[in-house]
Amino acid sequence: MKSSVIVFPGSNCDRDIAVALKKLQFENQMVWHKDTSLPKSDLIVIPGGFSYGDYLRSGAIAGKSTIIDEVIKAAHAGCLILGICNGFQILTETGLLKGTLLRNKNLKFINNDVHIKVMNNDTKFSNKYKKDQILKINIAHNEGNYFTNIKHLEELEKENLIAFKYCDENGNSNEKSNPNGSLKNIAGIFNENKNILGMMPHPERMVDEMISNNDGVNLFSSLLN
Amino acid sequence: MKITTQIVEKHGLKIEEFENIKKLLKREPNLLELGIFSAMWNEHCSYKSSRKHLKKLPTEGKQVIQGPGENAGVIDIGDDDAIVFKIESHNHPSYIEPYQGAATGVGGILRDVFTMGARPIALLNSIHFGAPEHPKTKSLLNGVVSGIGGYGNCIGIPTVAGETKFNETYNENILVNAMAVGHAKKDRIFYSKAKGINKSVVYVGSKTGRDGIHGASMASAEFDENSDEKKPTVQVGDPFTEKLLMEACLELMKDNSIISIQDMGAAGLTSSSVEMASKGDLGIELELDKVPCREENMSPYEMMLSESQERMLIILEDEKEKDAKKIFDKWDLDFVVIGKTTNTKNLTLKFHKKIEGEIPIDALASKAPIYDRKWIRKKPSKAKINLKDLSNIKIEDALIKILSSPNHSNKNWITSQYDQMVMCDTIQRSGTDAAIVRIHGKDKAIAVSVDSSANYCKSHPITGGKQIVCENWRNLITVGAKPLAITNCLNFGNPENKEIMGEFAECLEGIKEACEFLNYPVVSGNVSFYNGTNNKNIFPTPVIGGVGLIKKISKPLSHHFYKDKSIVMLIGKTFGHIEQSVFLKENFSIDDGMPPEVNLHNEKNNGEILLKLINEGLILSSHDVSSGGLITALCEMAIGSENGAKIQKPKKLNNLYKYFFGEDQARYIIEIEAHDLPKVEKVLKDNNIYYENIGITQKEYFEIEGELKISNKDLFKINNEWYNSY
Amino acid sequence: MKFSVTVTLKKDVLDPQGKVVKNTLVNMGINNLKSIRQGKNFEIEIDEKDQLLAEKKIDEMCKKLLVNLIIEDYKISKIL
Repeated sequence: MKSSVIVFPGSNCDRDIAVALKKLQFENQMVWHKDTSLPKSDLIVIPGGFSYGDYLRSGAIAGKSTIIDEVIKAAHAGCLILGICNGFQILTETGLLKGTLLRNKNLKFINNDVHIKVMNNDTKFSNKYKKDQILKINIAHNEGNYFTNIKHLEELEKENLIAFKYCDENGNSNEKSNPNGSLKNIAGIFNENKNILGMMPHPERMVDEMISNNDGVNLFSSLLN
Repeated sequence: MKITTQIVEKHGLKIEEFENIKKLLKREPNLLELGIFSAMWNEHCSYKSSRKHLKKLPTEGKQVIQGPGENAGVIDIGDDDAIVFKIESHNHPSYIEPYQGAATGVGGILRDVFTMGARPIALLNSIHFGAPEHPKTKSLLNGVVSGIGGYGNCIGIPTVAGETKFNETYNENILVNAMAVGHAKKDRIFYSKAKGINKSVVYVGSKTGRDGIHGASMASAEFDENSDEKKPTVQVGDPFTEKLLMEACLELMKDNSIISIQDMGAAGLTSSSVEMASKGDLGIELELDKVPCREENMSPYEMMLSESQERMLIILEDEKEKDAKKIFDKWDLDFVVIGKTTNTKNLTLKFHKKIEGEIPIDALASKAPIYDRKWIRKKPSKAKINLKDLSNIKIEDALIKILSSPNHSNKNWITSQYDQMVMCDTIQRSGTDAAIVRIHGKDKAIAVSVDSSANYCKSHPITGGKQIVCENWRNLITVGAKPLAITNCLNFGNPENKEIMGEFAECLEGIKEACEFLNYPVVSGNVSFYNGTNNKNIFPTPVIGGVGLIKKISKPLSHHFYKDKSIVMLIGKTFGHIEQSVFLKENFSIDDGMPPEVNLHNEKNNGEILLKLINEGLILSSHDVSSGGLITALCEMAIGSENGAKIQKPKKLNNLYKYFFGEDQARYIIEIEAHDLPKVEKVLKDNNIYYENIGITQKEYFEIEGELKISNKDLFKINNEWYNSY
Repeated sequence: MKFSVTVTLKKDVLDPQGKVVKNTLVNMGINNLKSIRQGKNFEIEIDEKDQLLAEKKIDEMCKKLLVNLIIEDYKISKIL
């Protein structure tokens, strides 16, 4: 399966996702934000980091890059798009995903291992997970507090477009287990066609037992399925 | 403009130094030249008070590729891999503007590492604040932690270890020391020595503004009531630009375009150009009207002294300009040829073709003053402790007091603000004896730790200096790493004060002795003097940053008890030295007396044998014993683990308090499988190592037989309370 | 009474955000843009009938909390 990772000035997790993709058998290419065309890809990844320093608003400036137009075209044509952390923020700024990521409730940057629950395992991104499976995964962000309007929230719930919710180690999704105050403890969402996934936690950090665990592996295996 | 005495003093120079300048120039300097001397001759750049003593430190070894004298130190870790590292202070700016002071401190130390061709792979910090009750402490703590996180996280380098300490000695003078560690290929290290005549001198990075003009002088001046007026000199960091600069430089370093490269840190364009020329024994000519400026009408004086961040100076090979510029254009950074190397051995500054200043390079560098400041030795002191008083307190209460104190409380509140996982090579994170970072794509890793012992250094500087090197060494050994070399940040008060200078000289004597004995050389470092306000000086605080090598990685050896029903052993002899202990300070407010003796022979022997046992897979968990003594170290192994321990009272009972709270050195606690006991005991006996079997591990509880029993969960609560309520 | 407090970076202080925002707009085709400085705005409603007293209070708030006097300037104006 062919993947492309878009690199913006300030992207930090591009090498990390590239290493994970290679490890999990993807044929990957790195794409510079100034490029005007995308290589043929089955999966496009917008990695985490601090594109443009998170200046103005996280993801706002990357959302206006040259290459984003190509990503939008590819998304409309059904290409799989994965936005991780800053990538999720960029996807909301481009409108490919609705809603926005606000400052964490406690106003501080949080780096921690948290638990998330797989809410919908009937998608190209999650079919190798069990429904309600609990994953231990690393988060690292200042603006991870997902927010959207009531109409969109209803759509997310009705159409089963919530991908992951923060929970405790027993699967209870509540305020206590929510690290950043996000609406309904949302950690990741799909678009209506379920070909675009935006998530705040970092799956690419969870494919190596030497540094963490293997809970992220099945996200990539699902895509290869 | 006539240079008056007042102008000289405002530049931080003494009258005798001004006379010296006149002698070297054979005339009076103009204002621009005076500014340049003031930058190069202040303490921060010239090391005039410290050089004489620093020369004594051991800086060589088989593992050393580059010792002090370059932007950072370089050590060999085998297979053509090298580690580049250094620690630096940013104390005075952080007191004035904590966020930006800390942020720019991180930025500066990162540049020192990647300017040598190394991709930074880890950040550490040692930060010291005044008493928690002091009105400024909370906001300073918040600002510094946010600043460190804000910069490190944005540039995408994990902040993996550190220490945070509180002591009233830092009330008006906080310390912010930042350490960076990078990975490079042995044969692709870049140095700052200029080579060749008529080579292009290229300026890259951010534009120059009026930031921090005279920051180098500020760092060398004590604060007084008017410190608030010094405000405008603090720079604002731009981690985004630094990320671009780092990627551009590392890209350019892939081929052979660079002859030499130096980052613009303290005293910006001045120090970088002078140091490059001085090392190469060349001259350098700059055309200042070419310098990219972000403010209008900047004068040559302002341009030379500006400390705007995120800038580098590069001396480029002939014909390489076009390709190099392409790289910097890609990353949207300024790239301008602003001068050339010459054979005049002068620093020649031109502005619109007119020479505005000309100074012989050696007058600024090699002929900068070196002072042999007077100093006196510290007399040993004795604490007045009535042993009977000690038994007025229950051991459990004394323990709780220590575990819940600001200095010993869990620092997760701080470390969770730092991204520790970015770059996906952090095998062991903070909250342990040492962090472990894998060398990317390889089977080996480095262990890193940063440590200080200001109380010991204050009470007996030589012992304190020795002790802190040993503690740092032990922290690496205990995670299974072979300690290779250190960087040191020497934070002291006013060197013109005989006692303070004595503290400096003696701490260095101790550091030298320990480093030599342990084959643990100093490859880089920084001196920060004048940490004092209104003649009140801080405790001497040398901070040691150590790097060790784990040749083949496996699951990290942590300090948490691994399972139940294993044997707990104490390596090293306990004499019960209670003076200068945390126990006395926290429970009785006694802080005089001598620190514990440091026996280098035992340190080396115990550590090397422990490393051998670790490498043979015989150790389940391991922890060094330091502040708080044996009982504190045991509890640290229980907190956060499912397993605690049941510890026996010592057989030769003199005083329980001394045994459990004494801070004797060269000790480690190890956990081993019961069936490995004979094997381990044989190794220890064969190597003449004193050890005791002190107990066994058990689920859930920490217990001293017949004395106390407390659950791990309760210990965790006690240890995590303070920060959350602060 | 309602007041608006505009907080901006001091003249000589680096504004990393303004710099990047300006470059982005220039890349988006707005080419006669000279400079952008990013700041923040507070809208403050205060229960005080005397304007001078109210402004004095707002000024105190700025000095004590809202403004980082080391690197920022501020301007107070009444909202009608």
